[in-house]
Amino acid sequence: MSAERTPRTLALTLVAILAAGLFAPQWTLFLLTIALAKGLVVLGLMLLLRCGLVSFGQALYYCIGAYAAGMLGRSTGVSDLLTLMLAGMVAAALVAVVLGFLLARYRSIFFGLLSLAISMILYGLLVKTEALGSSDGFNVLPSTLFGVRPADDWVRYAVLALAAVVTFVAALAVHRYLGTPLGRLAPAIKDNEIRVEYMGASARYAIHVKYVIAAALAGLGGALAATTVGHIDPEMAYWTTSGEFIFITILAGTGSVLAPFLGALIFGIIHTVAFDLSPNTWQMVLGAALLVVIVFLPNGVWSLFRRRGAS
Amino acid sequence: MAAILHAQGLYKSFGAVTAASDINAAIEKDSVLGLIGTNGAGKTTFINMITGYLKPDRGRIHYEGRDITELAPRDITRIGICRSFQIPQLYASLTAFENMMIGIGVVLQNAGRGGFFARGRPHVPGYGLPAEDVAERLLERFGLAEYRDKNAQVLPGGVRKLLDIALTMVAKPKILLLDEPTSGVSAEEKFAIMDMIMKAVRAEGTTVLFVEHDMEVVSRFAERVLAFYDGRIIADAPPAQALNDPEVKRFVVGGALQRLDEAQSRPRA
Repeated sequence: MSAERTPRTLALTLVAILAAGLFAPQWTLFLLTIALAKGLVVLGLMLLLRCGLVSFGQALYYCIGAYAAGMLGRSTGVSDLLTLMLAGMVAAALVAVVLGFLLARYRSIFFGLLSLAISMILYGLLVKTEALGSSDGFNVLPSTLFGVRPADDWVRYAVLALAAVVTFVAALAVHRYLGTPLGRLAPAIKDNEIRVEYMGASARYAIHVKYVIAAALAGLGGALAATTVGHIDPEMAYWTTSGEFIFITILAGTGSVLAPFLGALIFGIIHTVAFDLSPNTWQMVLGAALLVVIVFLPNGVWSLFRRRGAS
Repeated sequence: MAAILHAQGLYKSFGAVTAASDINAAIEKDSVLGLIGTNGAGKTTFINMITGYLKPDRGRIHYEGRDITELAPRDITRIGICRSFQIPQLYASLTAFENMMIGIGVVLQNAGRGGFFARGRPHVPGYGLPAEDVAERLLERFGLAEYRDKNAQVLPGGVRKLLDIALTMVAKPKILLLDEPTSGVSAEEKFAIMDMIMKAVRAEGTTVLFVEHDMEVVSRFAERVLAFYDGRIIADAPPAQALNDPEVKRFVVGGALQRLDEAQSRPRA
């Protein structure tokens, strides 16, 4: 898969989701919508990973996006899905602009653990905040689309359709960003930051920008997940949620902006099937799946779609 | 001719070691300078101070009349002073072509071109060509065309050296500092490589400062020599004069000859 064909493939995927959603059973629509939400978070992680940075705390922005959407709905009665998603995205991005000044100074394990620590601070705060339901969280109001509440049979499809369109736009924007000089700097920062500076670019600025983009995507995904599930709680900021995103990132690979969504879908399917087969040991199945991917497809599931010899 | 770069009274010490002690030098536009001296004499410290990696304890550096002493390396690069490295600093996991494209991308970005909303293929400032064409042309000029799609980490030493220097040329620097451009290159290849570098670099009218241990290379390519010893400049003259200076002979060239003698008299294992 070459980079020039990505926009076309993205468009075809969008059309396929919109068409398949008309016939697919309701539970798969839910699965697909959640996969899109998590895929958005992983898309951001992929941007950071390309610079050699692993965030163990991306759930921070997933949670901020979810709570921003939920709180906006609760306090002002806004229920429009697109507005809530944008609110989640903006809230996460604003926090990232501030925290980025700190995080962009750190690399490798320090970056990872600092991001983990900050997400756990948010978790701690939310658990203690009674106004936001403490550890129980609170329910998110049923969302509307452009002022209309779709008929019950169509709610899932409508949410999926909007989510797919928003995700399509986000993935296309990230793809375009990766083609700009600033976006292309990622592997250079990973390889040799000294050289980047001596070429007249600021690695810290480049990382800060990527950090904010990643947070915005996570906020978008969090808000989408919140409105789809209809409930939010502090677990969304917990480290296991961050771990899940890293799990999907490794499963998917960083080869293309499409990879995160494929990874999130595969994760969702394994999760659902494994939970169905053995409710007590489903984590083992997930672990085994990851092991198989790491051993046989070290560059992630996406590497299956690359033409042989291309890399 | 007017000085493009002016170093005045530079001092730098690391603990008890004095790496620069009252360094004064005025570098003329369009000139080629050789920097000589034994290891630890202060050549690389001088380069590191000019490029902003080290800040002098005292003294100022002026470039085109502007005080650049306190600028960060990337800001110094942006105004036209670039450097290559003794150990090539490449993007190891990328191909030679991709390495060039990264460098050209930075130039485009600093010129405010090729951003998220840009249309078409923006032209690289100073070249008037799209990025890919500039990359091809520079690879060609440095004899690297055949290595275009090879990863930087698998390239032979001499080729890595050339790629390192080609990378500095994407921004069309006004001053280029080459830190031992021929180190790690076999004696037979030295002249050919220096010829190629000088031709490519001088075609752009770039002022060059190069650190070199081979006195034959120095006398052939440098128009002027700065000889360093113990953090000081002990000679500043054309090559013939500088290399015959008694102090230079004793501390720099003599040292090199002495080491050569020692190496030859050492029993071979």
